[in-house]
Amino acid sequence: MALDTTDTQNIIDQPEVLKPRMVTIEIAGKKVEVPEGITVIKAMWYAGQEVVRGVGCLGGFCGACATYYRTKDDPKVRTCLACQTAVQDGMSFTMMPPFPARKATYDIQALQDPKQDLFNLYPETPLCRNCNACTEACPQQIDVREGVWKAVFGDFKSVSEMFMDCVMCGMCTPVCIADIAPNLVALYVSRAQGAHFTEKPVGLDSRIKEIQDGRFNEEWNKILKMNDQELAEHCATVK
Amino acid sequence: MDIHALQQIVHTTRDARRKQTIPKFSPADRDQLIHKYHPDYRASAYRPIRFGPNKGDRTVVELATLLEGDSPMQDDQDLAPHYSTDVLVIGGGGAGCAAALHAHGAGSKVMLATKLRLGDSNSVMAQGGMQISVAPEDSPVTHFIDTLKGGHMQNDHALLKVMVEDGPAIAKWLIELGVLFDRQADGNLHVKKGGGSSKPRLLTCSDYTGLEIMRVLKDEVINQKIQLLEFCAAVELLSDEEGRCSGAVFKDLDNQRHVVVAAKAVILATGGIGRLHIQGFPTSNHYGATGDGLCLSYRIGAKLAHVDTFQYHPSGAVYPEQLIGALVTEGIRSEGGHLVNAKGERFVNELDTRDVVSSSIIRECEEGRGIRTMSGRVGVWLDTPLLDAEHGPGTVEKHFPAMMMQFERFGIDISKDPVLIYPTLHYQNGGVRIDTNSESDVKNLFVAGEASGGLHGRNRLMGNSLLDLMVFGKRSGLTAAARAASMKQAKLTLKHLQQFRTEAKKHGNPSGVISPMILPAYTRKVG
Repeated sequence: MALDTTDTQNIIDQPEVLKPRMVTIEIAGKKVEVPEGITVIKAMWYAGQEVVRGVGCLGGFCGACATYYRTKDDPKVRTCLACQTAVQDGMSFTMMPPFPARKATYDIQALQDPKQDLFNLYPETPLCRNCNACTEACPQQIDVREGVWKAVFGDFKSVSEMFMDCVMCGMCTPVCIADIAPNLVALYVSRAQGAHFTEKPVGLDSRIKEIQDGRFNEEWNKILKMNDQELAEHCATVK
Repeated sequence: MDIHALQQIVHTTRDARRKQTIPKFSPADRDQLIHKYHPDYRASAYRPIRFGPNKGDRTVVELATLLEGDSPMQDDQDLAPHYSTDVLVIGGGGAGCAAALHAHGAGSKVMLATKLRLGDSNSVMAQGGMQISVAPEDSPVTHFIDTLKGGHMQNDHALLKVMVEDGPAIAKWLIELGVLFDRQADGNLHVKKGGGSSKPRLLTCSDYTGLEIMRVLKDEVINQKIQLLEFCAAVELLSDEEGRCSGAVFKDLDNQRHVVVAAKAVILATGGIGRLHIQGFPTSNHYGATGDGLCLSYRIGAKLAHVDTFQYHPSGAVYPEQLIGALVTEGIRSEGGHLVNAKGERFVNELDTRDVVSSSIIRECEEGRGIRTMSGRVGVWLDTPLLDAEHGPGTVEKHFPAMMMQFERFGIDISKDPVLIYPTLHYQNGGVRIDTNSESDVKNLFVAGEASGGLHGRNRLMGNSLLDLMVFGKRSGLTAAARAASMKQAKLTLKHLQQFRTEAKKHGNPSGVISPMILPAYTRKVG
């Protein structure tokens, strides 16, 4: 086959890939040398650790790998998702253990007054002292503190929009001095918003009824009786 | 060259490309392309399975080896149950949660076991959406036809018909549970067009559709107080004297002990195989996607369907290194994003089916029109900034917040710079053969979701997976619950394993492999 000659020139400069610089990091207090720039999770594997708890989707969606870290000479302890963060020299990190936050249980459909019920299910919610630690702890950059107050004031719609990015890592919970679990509050609020305060899609109900009433039966009968050849020809007509 | 210099050609050709229309391939051209470039047709990666229900069928070497692998069970394994339940669900992703909730709702005592945490799955990462024919100009029949075309006409018609017909009721169930699908101004469900679909049919929750559904389903499983067994990996199924499934043995990953669960019916919802890194491909899959359910079902005698076909999602990240294999959602292409080679040319209709688009990308790269990285990978550009040019500034950020954040963490702004992509191992098109009640060939063994096979034919359409999980999760849950209510707990034996081992012995098991794999071996052994 004719190879295009441009290929040899189209190479992205990545000297760090050809000769990885080794950096020293600390994993749960222990110093190890790992290649710069690999993810925090990969650094743990590189260091020889078997990781069972603390790895999930590896794509930044599941919140299993919530991690505390600090960079060289910076006193500030930050949070990250270990599968989505690159290591750098002098970094020190440890994974967050599962935190025993209390989750309220409820029958979402049976709620009579979801906005009031919030205070029965999560009575600590209005006790927020505005310290903002939850917002600072969120690796998804959600304004968690603002969300808690919006929940308290009944603006469930805003909460559900703000927390669409929430991966339920729970890092907002251990930092709360009022023992609120903001992610669980937001989950309740979002579900209530969906189940109780969002318009019912009329088109969906009519489609369900059409199927029940057999509106498509004639078409089904026609299609399911076709042989492979006829079916293939019919399919080709649908663009 | 500097990456920004290489990206220039994407910026300079953008306006010219916007005027272009690229026709889809004719069926003959598409078959030729796929046969030449799709990894499913790389003969050297395949071998026949030597024994068992699919004896003689070809599949990738990685999977064949695991299917023929031996069980970790000793002959004298103590089978006194630690737990007894009506319905045992194995797997905590979308299909597992849907199955558990429906079986529980039907009055069964349900236990849900998963090798990681409840919800750790591929489902949580599904960004593109869920195909359900809710639009007035659309219909379940059109959904059926589109899926059939995408699957190369190989789909099981009965399975496919129930999936498309059950779809709208599933949407209603999820909405009642509080799932926040995107809406139109009039309150109806907003639908987007997906690759290979003739009508807009994708229900979405921005680019967090799977996450939103899973947040809700997980919460509901906990609210319903369904018994959970987390960090326990299924390592063998149990059968009664007549070969019917009667429970499972787990390995508790915290203390390495075996846990025996007696169940009247078992639902396997263990997902796919991405972490087997078939043919050396990176994967978009979660940590536990090691095909465990396939091995377990195979040993107990269930036949697999379409085990030779896998989906390589067209757009897996190739750069930066930290994101290799991670998915760049098809939603970008649904909204008009172009695929662009190193010469600044488009080369495929971006909304063709995934196998066609992936094959085209592989062709471009093999013929020297790709962009290389110094770690030896190659890819083509996905023109993400085009979305802002086309639909106004802020579009990428508004419609794809998850993608934006993922790349921002590594200093890349995908609304300004195109993304380098190459196909990534994404989905197992086949799996355990099931009927419309989600039951396998083995009585009382149900299989739902990606672990099952037949529905998607040889190529799954975008957005059909989330629907598959919910529909067959529900069907398996309801059928298993009804079955369990009508029967007594069967005996717990490993008789099927004796048969499997006798047959394996005849053919030899030279690899010495024990399956299931449970987790990939990423830990570096030498230091």
